[in-house]
Amino acid sequence: MLDVRIPLGEYVEAIVDFLLDNFGFIFDLIDDGVYASVMGIEGVLESIPWYVFTLVVAAIAFKVSGRGVAIFTIIGFYLLHNLNLWTPAIQTLALVLTAEIITLVLGLPLGILVAKKQTLDNIVRPVLDFMQTMPAFVYLIPAVMFFSLGRVPGIMATIIFSMPPMIRLTSLGIKQVPEDLVEAGHAFGVTPSQLLMKVELPHALPTIMAGVNQSIMLGLSMVVIAAMIGAGGLGSMVLRGVQRVDIGMGFESGLAVVILAIFLDRVTQSLGTKS
Amino acid sequence: MKIKVDNLVKIFGRNPERGLSMLEQGIGKEEILNKHKLTVGVAGVSFAVDQGEIFVVMGLSGSGKSTLIRCLNRLHEPTGGTIEIDGNDVTTMTMPEMRALRREKMGMVFQNFALYPNRTILDNVAFGLEVRGISRDERHKKAQETIEAVGLKGYEQQYPAQLSGGMQQRVGLARALASDPDILLMDEPFSALDPLIRKDMQDELLKLQGQMNKTIIFITHDLDEALSLGDRIAIMKDGVVVQVGTAEEILNKPEDDYVVKFTENVDRSRILTAEYVMQKPLATARLGRDGVNTVLRKMERHGLSTILAVDSADKLVGGFLPDDIGKAQKEQLKLEDVVTKDVPTTHPETTLHDLLETSSDATFPLAVVDDNGVLKGIIVRSFIIAALTRRGEV
Repeated sequence: MLDVRIPLGEYVEAIVDFLLDNFGFIFDLIDDGVYASVMGIEGVLESIPWYVFTLVVAAIAFKVSGRGVAIFTIIGFYLLHNLNLWTPAIQTLALVLTAEIITLVLGLPLGILVAKKQTLDNIVRPVLDFMQTMPAFVYLIPAVMFFSLGRVPGIMATIIFSMPPMIRLTSLGIKQVPEDLVEAGHAFGVTPSQLLMKVELPHALPTIMAGVNQSIMLGLSMVVIAAMIGAGGLGSMVLRGVQRVDIGMGFESGLAVVILAIFLDRVTQSLGTKS
Repeated sequence: MKIKVDNLVKIFGRNPERGLSMLEQGIGKEEILNKHKLTVGVAGVSFAVDQGEIFVVMGLSGSGKSTLIRCLNRLHEPTGGTIEIDGNDVTTMTMPEMRALRREKMGMVFQNFALYPNRTILDNVAFGLEVRGISRDERHKKAQETIEAVGLKGYEQQYPAQLSGGMQQRVGLARALASDPDILLMDEPFSALDPLIRKDMQDELLKLQGQMNKTIIFITHDLDEALSLGDRIAIMKDGVVVQVGTAEEILNKPEDDYVVKFTENVDRSRILTAEYVMQKPLATARLGRDGVNTVLRKMERHGLSTILAVDSADKLVGGFLPDDIGKAQKEQLKLEDVVTKDVPTTHPETTLHDLLETSSDATFPLAVVDDNGVLKGIIVRSFIIAALTRRGEV
């Protein structure tokens, strides 16, 4: 009896098949929507000449993070251009931005709900634990099953991977609003939505921004891995370097990822501490 | 009657109604806690507060005073009893009605200020108005006026963390006042401040109250603060009110040993007034009616060395020393002509502390005279000493 293997894998396959057969149109809808978003963002970013783009992001970096980060941005982005990695870098940026926007749109309200409803917290917490500890590669499989190959499954896997810190830190931020500030709000007659907008969210903003920062960093690492299912961008350059044992290409594209990562990290971090 | 609280009960825990019936049967807090894990915060409190009154609720921590004040605007949901504000029962109001009441009629000041750290002072003060949906310009204008009223002009664009504790609480007070509420709920507002600042804030509050005439519920654990601010004081212990009364009533007619213990260390000289220690003069010289001999006889009969003179309407005119009377007798003068006008007087509401400083070189006893100049009583130094040493005797 004990030797009989539980056919867990088969069950999951059956469920996926069932979903695809019966709810395929939903996945098609998501597929089209996400594809349109990412191509739109990519198109806009790519249409900007590299030097204009570099100056704009350097200006943003200067405004939020100061001179050091701005100088780094100019040098780094020039290097991306110089190494002929501009297009894949912009593709990667578009993937991360699309995934992060969706993560934010889903994760923020979910995080707020989790903070307010203890039962929901009890349900979501183990799911998040599961999502965070599952090896990142594994997410590629369902993504491919539902959305085949290309950018969209890459983004879907990225969203799953970068969602937990967004939800967790939003929820933490809201829960950490001091009780007396909430009480003062009530004493002045706030409605539940006023409490959220005028008291809780402003106070939780630094923590929420830390969540955005974390999920962008995780997203960036996942976007590189997603190259394995054809998401494109810098990840595919890294992958090619590995496959061809081309040390030079591997190093250059790896460095390009690091440049993007440092830029995104510093800027989002300063956004959090500033507010 | 602005606020009327009747048999208010607040019990914390699951299904607090179970505790309510036990409380009605006279079962103690301890037993309710042991049996049902219910904590009784307020165990049947009744009082009424008039428009314009400063009503101080005094008690040590755990006496239920903070719970009580939070029941008034239902930050804590009362378990039993009624709270009427302007004749409307607050406990049965729906949440939207309650919010309207909190926005328009009640302002609250907190012990730890509870200012919003990411808002400027101006926007902190304007918070209540913002919640009411008042336009930016209008609420900033009103907030600006209130900030000036509490003496913080120039700090509008600062953030709370940049201000000292005393200034932060001025902001807290301004925030509560900006919506121009009828009722101010103040939960130990000055307890977190150091003593000198606390005294300043108390004076400031009394000054503002002189102009505003709000109904103020003021919570404190400091009896001196209670006595100096309160028109009336309720002393709470274990969720019930032990005694309600004016400062003098609390000091002079303490209801039980608990109140006595509280009042032991109070500086009575700053609370008790001339009115309280004065006594009726044994005799007065009534000008226009009493002749020289009558006055002499009065003094002799009562063993007086001096006597105060009043007119037919009991207004103080002056006093007579024995020499004055002798002079009148010898020179056949009228009493009016020899009266010493310069006798020391004081007002009935002067505190003993101030009297001690003024009444040291007295030939005459200190005459207590009201606003109309009528002689109400006299005080000699021994009365003051007696009053200050008499502790908690009924």
